[in-house]
Amino acid sequence: MLEARALTCVRGEKQLFSGLNLVVSGGECLHVRGENGVGKTSLLRLLTGLSKPESGEVLWNGLAISKESALYHRDLLFLGHRDALKEDLTALENLQLYAALEDIQLPEDKALAALRRFGLRGREHLPVNCLSAGQKRRVLMARMLTRQAKLWILDEPFNALDVHAVQALQGLIAEHMEQGGLVVMTSHQEVGLSQAKVLEL
Amino acid sequence: MSALLAMIRRDLLLVMRRKSEVLTALFFFVVVTSLFPLGIGADAALLRKIAPGVLWVAALLSTLLGLHRMFAADYQDGSLEQLALSPQPLVLLVTGKIIAHWIVCGLPLVLLAPVIGIQFDLDASSLYVLMGTLFLGTPVLSLIGSIGAALTLGVRGGSVLLSLLILPLYIPVLIFGAGAVYANSVGLDSSGHFSLLGALLILALAFIPWVSSAAVKIAIE
Repeated sequence: MLEARALTCVRGEKQLFSGLNLVVSGGECLHVRGENGVGKTSLLRLLTGLSKPESGEVLWNGLAISKESALYHRDLLFLGHRDALKEDLTALENLQLYAALEDIQLPEDKALAALRRFGLRGREHLPVNCLSAGQKRRVLMARMLTRQAKLWILDEPFNALDVHAVQALQGLIAEHMEQGGLVVMTSHQEVGLSQAKVLEL
Repeated sequence: MSALLAMIRRDLLLVMRRKSEVLTALFFFVVVTSLFPLGIGADAALLRKIAPGVLWVAALLSTLLGLHRMFAADYQDGSLEQLALSPQPLVLLVTGKIIAHWIVCGLPLVLLAPVIGIQFDLDASSLYVLMGTLFLGTPVLSLIGSIGAALTLGVRGGSVLLSLLILPLYIPVLIFGAGAVYANSVGLDSSGHFSLLGALLILALAFIPWVSSAAVKIAIE
């Protein structure tokens, strides 16, 4: 269960939001909405622990994430604006190196199957800089599948995706929720997930 | 431990895919050190005398050339955030990046030094001492440099600032490194210099990864 208590976020001189409370439990999806610059990405970064809140705290299964960060990071997958893929490496190598860094067992056939599920058959061994923006996002979807994280925090996951990929991602998120996973995401589009809770900033 | 090895492997793989960046720094070292014998001429006694200083200064500068790359690419494409969110301690991953940097930018200098040393008419024992000091000293250069590389992340004109921040901190390594070769060439005992270089290395290894990973955390916040 992810819980935020009385979060206050200040960027520069401006206070973006204050006293924000939220609870997301297993099998739930929280869709954060709001205008540009209202603090959606800042909220997600606070939830990941990448930045520290001005006041308030974030708890994962009842433990403060600032204290139990290793435990929290094991359960967390964060995908930000930037794709965090190495351009010179192939899609497969990117997946395998992240798995090695995160200490997850990822046999090659499983990584290949994940890439193929998202329409990257025949492109597994191409350097990522040969892929289009949408295809890079598909590599990230393969990473979501192989990372085995309980909590997904996704910043604009539907960007640059075509209709099929949007459906594939919706399916992936629904599947994750069925397995008891948690999702927090921002999106300007309708996410097409009937059970999603909405948070307006 | 496996994360440390994975980090080193990843960075080395990236370097193998883009060799030109690394080769520039090594080529710089070779060219700069070769210019001195050409410019000064065949005065063997003078060349022997200036060799330790020239080789060490060139080593400092060529290390500096590759420093900004240590975190910058990962910072720009968002990988550094992912590393900070990895379940592995960031200190371990930063240490891995420093080791990879040394393997790519420091170790080749140690191996090249004897070849370059011949141009300066250094005898065999001086060459051994030179290699020894570079072997102990270049890891310290990579370690100290990592602080600067992390602190200047996202700063405009960061590479100039990086040189200004880091070069003064390289002075102790330069003094003891070049001093050992000089002492050996005039027949003095160089073991004191080696001990001090070793002490610098141990001290740097014990503290700097923590400092650098704290600086990385500040940069991505």
